Amino acid sequence: MATTVKDPHVATTPPDVKGGLSFLTSRLRQIGIFVALLVIVTLFQVLTGGALLQPDNVSNIIVQNSYILLLAIGMVMIIVAGHIDLSVGSVAAFVGAMSGIMIQDWNFPWWAAFLGSLVIGGLVGAWQGFWVAYVGIPAFIVTLAGMLVFRGLTQIVLENQRITGFPEEYRQLGGGFLFPGLFPPETNLLDWTTVGLGIIAVALLVFTQLRGRATRARLKLEDEPKAWFYTKLAFIVVMILGVTYLLAGSRSGTPIVLVVLGVLIVAYSAVMSNSVFGRHIYAVGGNLQAAQLSGINTKRIDFMLFVNMGVLAALAGLIFTGRLNSAGPGAGNLFELDAIAAAFIGGAAVTGGVGTVIGAITGGLIMGVLNNGMSLLGVGIDVQQFIKGMVLLLAVGFDVFNKRRASNALK
Amino acid sequence: MAENILRMRRITKTFPGVKALQDVNLDVARGEVHAICGENGAGKSTLMKVLSGVYAHGTYDGDIEFEGSVVEFKDIRDSERDGIVIIHQELALSPFLSVAENIFLGNEREKRGFINWNETNVEAGKLLRRVGLDLNPVVRAGDIGVGKQQLVEIAKALSKNVKLLILDEPTAALNDEDSAHLLGLVKGLRAEGITCIIISHKLNEIREIADSVTILRDGRTIETLSLHDGSVTEERIIRGMVGRDMESRYPERTPAIGEEVLRVEDWTVHHPQESSRVIVDSANLSVRAGEVVGIAGLMGAGRTELAMSIFGRSYGSHITGTLYKNGTPITARTVGEAIGHGIAYATEDRKRYGLNLIDDIKRNVSGAALGKLAKRGWVDGGREAVVAGDYRRSMNIKAPSVTAITGKLSGGNQQKVVLSKWMFSDPDVLILDEPTRGIDVGAKYEIYTIINRLAGEGKAVIVISSELPELLGICDRIYTLAEGRITAEVPIEQATPELLMQHMTKEKD
Repeated sequence: MATTVKDPHVATTPPDVKGGLSFLTSRLRQIGIFVALLVIVTLFQVLTGGALLQPDNVSNIIVQNSYILLLAIGMVMIIVAGHIDLSVGSVAAFVGAMSGIMIQDWNFPWWAAFLGSLVIGGLVGAWQGFWVAYVGIPAFIVTLAGMLVFRGLTQIVLENQRITGFPEEYRQLGGGFLFPGLFPPETNLLDWTTVGLGIIAVALLVFTQLRGRATRARLKLEDEPKAWFYTKLAFIVVMILGVTYLLAGSRSGTPIVLVVLGVLIVAYSAVMSNSVFGRHIYAVGGNLQAAQLSGINTKRIDFMLFVNMGVLAALAGLIFTGRLNSAGPGAGNLFELDAIAAAFIGGAAVTGGVGTVIGAITGGLIMGVLNNGMSLLGVGIDVQQFIKGMVLLLAVGFDVFNKRRASNALK
Repeated sequence: MAENILRMRRITKTFPGVKALQDVNLDVARGEVHAICGENGAGKSTLMKVLSGVYAHGTYDGDIEFEGSVVEFKDIRDSERDGIVIIHQELALSPFLSVAENIFLGNEREKRGFINWNETNVEAGKLLRRVGLDLNPVVRAGDIGVGKQQLVEIAKALSKNVKLLILDEPTAALNDEDSAHLLGLVKGLRAEGITCIIISHKLNEIREIADSVTILRDGRTIETLSLHDGSVTEERIIRGMVGRDMESRYPERTPAIGEEVLRVEDWTVHHPQESSRVIVDSANLSVRAGEVVGIAGLMGAGRTELAMSIFGRSYGSHITGTLYKNGTPITARTVGEAIGHGIAYATEDRKRYGLNLIDDIKRNVSGAALGKLAKRGWVDGGREAVVAGDYRRSMNIKAPSVTAITGKLSGGNQQKVVLSKWMFSDPDVLILDEPTRGIDVGAKYEIYTIINRLAGEGKAVIVISSELPELLGICDRIYTLAEGRITAEVPIEQATPELLMQHMTKEKD
């Protein structure tokens, strides 16, 4: 610090801020993904004659996709660091199976089974992280092996049988709703718990955003253009209130898994953008050698990322098992591909260093809405697969095209 | 003998912002060994790339006459068809293919698309014997030593009916025995009537095998000397290589030198993969507070390797020796520990090792000391932007804001970001590896000013540079490095380019 400007009162010129249009183009990818989601939602809303945004269907979309979205959070972090994880579906299945064994054979209470499952997920992650970070085997190979190993273990521990009949508390996580009987039914014009949650969320969001902007202004730091900031904020507020309204009008209110997901999205977004750990992930993915030569313990970062992914996969396994009330040998098949697709549609770069949690969640929602909308229309699984594949290809193609245009503009 | 096989006339090659070659002339007589000498960056490799068609006709100015007619090569295949083959410093063999496959790569012994393996291996064996290699042609190229790989490259050239063979630093990576064998082979080829151009830093080698030498400096031809009558000494060649006038391209500084900060004793480093190769050989050096110490050495002398091995053993294997910080021995086994001891290393290759090019200025500046901006693991983004903004002003980084992506900055501004990053880690010792490489003159002056400022603040600064005038202009003391050994320690008052170059080219006895 000794070498920075000595006098803090030196007159500072306010930094240049890009004008409106060029600012928008610089955020094209970020905006594009949200616009894509909106377009798809509108399209299916029209095509399905309004069935898509029926309150119960919205609730359904969230619950149906919750475990993919959860996996996408961990996946985008791993992809930012320049790795991949092909094993999350098998790991989720394995943990779901182990939780069944804990409850059925070992007579664990539901909470002990939850805890035990998360620990198992962490250990599985540590196992894979060890091979990737400290032995130096590419993650593609380690997790391809893991995909087979944990699928095999799932079948072994289950002896190829299903476990069903999970306790009520266990099933809440995947299929339960928040305080269903809190208010007397006759007052239930809307579900007031959901309304309250929505308002609290909006209040917190507006407060933190405004405070952040005020701090940046006080420090005379460059910031987003005012119009953009308020438009964005208003847009997000409207979105939250809209979803709140729809859920509050649904049969059962807020799914518990949405609360879990919401907390994790906020927490992991903060970790990725504001924590030392998160920032080191971007540094490792952006330029591994430069990160090493900056004194970052890159092996530890890689290791921790896989431990984290293991825990998230375990949580996804618990949600999935609870929702179906069943742990089966084939559970979680192809989850990894949906999670990977979500991260890439959400703007993560194959070469690492680029990607956000919010982007991955949006990518996951695009896939989820496509699934749900096409199912409502009675489109077969075959055509659904085809369309999802094309969406992934075009989304990444759009990225590549954009990048090439940007680098050509430099020449 | 007097007939020229090659005449290059007024070759000028411009890169964006830099004139790499300017009106260079080169005449090579048929059947001779012609050496090309010059400092790093003098334009030797560029000239050879022009000759071999790596830079296609039309991307440079001037004429090339080969065997009496003007040639216009569009690519390497073009020049090879005429019998000009270049062997690059970095060997280009594919390690997993056999020696024979490598020799005929792109030139396969085939019939209707199918390779005739018997002919391939028999012909390869003949060529290998011609270069004095008794080697089974089916072994994998990666399984033989560097010296033999070099000979395989020559065998590959012979398979193309070479008339003019260009060798770029052929012995840089070889031990003495392999070097001697290679030089003997070059003499043998001359006897067969093959003309050779050899680029080398090793002046004794040049005197031993070359018939004449052309000296390049700053992209211009200085002179061509005949080595036949023996009147041309190594000193004479050195004078040609370094003899440029020193202007006031360096800011003034009054050194205020204090206590010793870092001392390196008996420091030996081995190659990370081939642990029998010694890269740094029992080096001793020290640097004091407020002092700027230079390390001069030619390419391959082990400068970067020495610096990186000190910086948390980020290079090398089987490292022995001791580091002393302020007189007490320290261990720095990882980069983190080295930074913790107040050592910083700004790399020579800022794009590959120095910056996250897809991220912005502020995040690069904070990259080596993010902990200083964090409380319980959470980064204070506001303070980070303030800190980066301060550096942007004090270092004069020309960018619209601290959120500008570093990949889009100019070389000079990128270098300032790298320096800011290390200054923010608040080190006591800064090792700057080629701090002005690829930077224009104006930005160089700014970098020198920053170095002076750092020394003025009592930091110990080590500067590694290929440019002798630069070291002479900014250092208080200069170590010379040759083949991994510190060959001299020269106080600035006694330092001259000739003296340094002598120590830099000193061979092992």
